[in-house]
Amino acid sequence: MRLTLRVWRQRNQQAAGRFETYGISDASPDMSFLEMLDVLNEDLLAGGTDPIAFEHDCREGICGACGLMINGVAHGPERGTATCQLHLRKFQDGDSICIEPWRSRAFPVLKDLIVDRTPFDRIIQQGGFISVNTGSAPEANLIPVPKAVAEGAMDAAECIGCGACVAQCPNGAAQLFTGAKISHLALLPQGRPERAQRVLKMVRAMEDHFGSCSNFAECEAVCPKEISIDVIGRMNREFATALLIGSNESANS
Amino acid sequence: MFPRTEMLDLVVADGRARGVVTRDMVSGHIESHSADAVVLATGGYSNVFYLSTNAKGCNATAIWRAHRRGAYFANPCYTQIHPTCIPQHGEYQSKLTLMSESLRNDGRIWVPAAAGDARAANEIPEGERDYYLERRYPAFGNLVPRDIASRAAKAVCDGGQGVGQSGRGVYLDFADAISRLGKDAITAKYGNLFEMYERITGEDPYQIPMRIYPAPHYTMGGLWVDYNLMSTLQGLFVIGEANFSDHGANRLGASALMQGLADGYFVLPYTIGDYLSRHIGEGRLATDHSAFQRVETEVGDRLKRLLEVQGKRTVDSLHRELGNICIEFCGMSRRAAGLEQAIGEIAALREEYWQNLKLLGTGEEINQSLEKAGRVGDYFELAELMCRDALLRGESCGTHFREEHQSPEGEAVRNDEDYTHVAAWEFKGVSKEPAMHKEPLHFENLALSQRSYK
Repeated sequence: MRLTLRVWRQRNQQAAGRFETYGISDASPDMSFLEMLDVLNEDLLAGGTDPIAFEHDCREGICGACGLMINGVAHGPERGTATCQLHLRKFQDGDSICIEPWRSRAFPVLKDLIVDRTPFDRIIQQGGFISVNTGSAPEANLIPVPKAVAEGAMDAAECIGCGACVAQCPNGAAQLFTGAKISHLALLPQGRPERAQRVLKMVRAMEDHFGSCSNFAECEAVCPKEISIDVIGRMNREFATALLIGSNESANS
Repeated sequence: MFPRTEMLDLVVADGRARGVVTRDMVSGHIESHSADAVVLATGGYSNVFYLSTNAKGCNATAIWRAHRRGAYFANPCYTQIHPTCIPQHGEYQSKLTLMSESLRNDGRIWVPAAAGDARAANEIPEGERDYYLERRYPAFGNLVPRDIASRAAKAVCDGGQGVGQSGRGVYLDFADAISRLGKDAITAKYGNLFEMYERITGEDPYQIPMRIYPAPHYTMGGLWVDYNLMSTLQGLFVIGEANFSDHGANRLGASALMQGLADGYFVLPYTIGDYLSRHIGEGRLATDHSAFQRVETEVGDRLKRLLEVQGKRTVDSLHRELGNICIEFCGMSRRAAGLEQAIGEIAALREEYWQNLKLLGTGEEINQSLEKAGRVGDYFELAELMCRDALLRGESCGTHFREEHQSPEGEAVRNDEDYTHVAAWEFKGVSKEPAMHKEPLHFENLALSQRSYK
């Protein structure tokens, strides 16, 4: 397959970036998108040009490290597919492909296609976990959880934190990401003790860095784990409840 | 939390681990971190084979640097090859995707009975199929442990019965399960796995059998630790796949998850106190101490050397070549001559790396090639140790299969009299022979016996 790639290059966070065009002449339809970039990079290196920097790790769609805007769509044309899972057989011989990093003010470009997703870490640090003591585990079967609830929690927990939702959202909002984590923990008994605190703190952190949600649902359309915007509805409900009723932990919550 | 920061060396003073030296992967800044104790939870070394199920970033630098500073490395030749992975489909292949082992609960593994049979799977009638696991191991059939299944797959492919373009593949067929249980039941159990397979290969496992082939997956070897999870270096703890414990020469599915939880959640929080209690009130070593400064200089020098080589070969090409040597001579099946050859070839490749590596850019920016170069440099040394360990262990045990030690039916033959020990290696210098320390294994409650899956 022959392909023409227009790729965003940027030396570092401070430098201005620009598009560079590269031609690929012998791509195999069985190659993954990132393998295509690997091969291009080997050629660039051999020719003395700085290779294209891009993030990746598992190459299987489960770690959330990779993420490219491909022809303007986060993770490319296939539904429920992360960038690393995209294969060239989904493109045509002779296609032109535009490759950019995640586009969002919250995610500054560090180099070429690598962005800084630290704002996601800030949100998680505010409550995206439960507090337990190490050393011994309670007997899991003593806490009955209806299967449908467990499935709902698992659906939300599938979020890999890639940031596609933010990148695709016209407002640069992070509601799908935050909503997924809050839903996951709010649905399970283990998440109950800190349920109110968690949503209040995480939503505040989210609003510190990201835009607001106006229900475009672009996020849901590009999420590689096909997470539903139901998680946003649940987060909003959890937030309102926490504000009105508060938690048992402190009179000021 | 220190994101985008890579540990590049361990700092040891007075025989104790006192901290680490790291590189900021964005600015390139080299920095010391002083600690009361150091815990490595850095995973395994399957990427020594280049193509493995591991993520691309997985590497052995943390444990290898600790090994060079004095932590013994135990049983490096015990590496597990997982039987059900998607086969390699090209020279550009970047990793091998794991298909969950649970598929073996319902799939039947087979190859064409006749070598070189190039017909499509659905055109080969039942009578012309070799369900080789069911044939060789009637009692366990498709559920034999990973090392048995992997070796059997390699054997049939070596004999020319392999499928797929490369001839390195066997079928995992769900036709019987689908007709027996119905498509809905299969979708409920394996739907997401089937989707994953189709995304990667473009083939529909509901219609045609999956193609699978063994791939490096987990490493039972690692830094030696005692029951408190402390290495031979005081104050250095190693947990999870990075250590050698919990698993011997073999390992079953999900045990890595168990090991991560057991080591990190149940064991270490209790046992680390034993070490810390001996040093209460002592305080940490200051980072301007010569021990830290010396290591910072060594780390900086090494990075500079890598950037200055300005040769012709890319990191990936060297890594791929190393991987090919390792999988060929120290993979599923090993023999003395092959291992000796591998040790020689790896040493030569390591020399070439230092003479002919090509890196662009500087160390003071994001430089993914530089990051990879450091990791591959450590892999050369680790690969050599792995082959030495495989050569020294003159028996077949678990995943370590020596062709010279097999039964007439091709099963592993152990030598319990001479090899019931852990091989813990001590680093003596890059081109020097490492020293092997034996830790005898005493089985008090179980009698050693021969596995049989017939």
